Amino acid sequence: MNIPPAYVLALSGILFAMGVLGVMIRRNAIVIFMSIELMLNSANLVLIGAARAMAPAVEALRGHVFVFFVIAVAAAEVAVGLALIVAIFRTKGTIDVDEVSSLRG
Amino acid sequence: MTLDLLLFLGLALIAVLAAAGMLASRDAVYSALFLVLNFLTVAMLYLLLNAAFIAMVQVTVYAGAIMVLFLFVIMLLGTGREVIGGPQRWQPALAVLLVAALAGEILFILLGPAAQMGTEMLAAGPQFGSPASVGRVLFSEYLVPFEVISILLLVAMVGAIVITRVQRRSQS
Repeated sequence: MNIPPAYVLALSGILFAMGVLGVMIRRNAIVIFMSIELMLNSANLVLIGAARAMAPAVEALRGHVFVFFVIAVAAAEVAVGLALIVAIFRTKGTIDVDEVSSLRG
Repeated sequence: MTLDLLLFLGLALIAVLAAAGMLASRDAVYSALFLVLNFLTVAMLYLLLNAAFIAMVQVTVYAGAIMVLFLFVIMLLGTGREVIGGPQRWQPALAVLLVAALAGEILFILLGPAAQMGTEMLAAGPQFGSPASVGRVLFSEYLVPFEVISILLLVAMVGAIVITRVQRRSQS
């Protein structure tokens, strides 16, 4: 097993930055939501990488349990978030985030 | 250059390219499919990092259930091709610049602690990260959070139903 932990952390940092980029440049609300999932996923990768770096210790398994919880919360978040997007589409007729600006002063 | 490292670098390349493909595709369906590829690649990375249980959860929950939900909503709402950038032409360039700065900062901050972890991982043994070992921790030390998560999922389910039903009632 010869993967330096720094490589795993660097990969997840790059994936997180790409998720931020997606939130900033895309206008489709669903794609923005997918970018948020990408960021959650990269955070999970950090936890798994750190758990593996402390591997023989049983305490390192807490990292896996935490990732399990994050995945469960992500599932709940997706259910509510997509319901919100469907509700916005029904009232506005679009999911382009530039068009949804009723609250702009 | 060992086999593990080669596998890791190959998978990392696929993951980054899939994420880039997700950002660049104009069609939301292609974005979703690129994201599925990214999730599957990350599941392979979990397997490489001795997290077999989490890898399977990643495939079934993320690449399976969550992405099916995404594709279902995309099919429901229709896919308009979006113009990246829109009216503000300067906005994507500024975003790339800011995100490059953010990535630099993230790497700078993350690689400090990573240097203390050493450059090699110790052998973990076959039991590390198996469903049995994760389950033992989950159902002893983290039993209460586990039950709270089940309530959270129930609340989210009810919330999703309520949010999508309100509109119908006000119309009728």
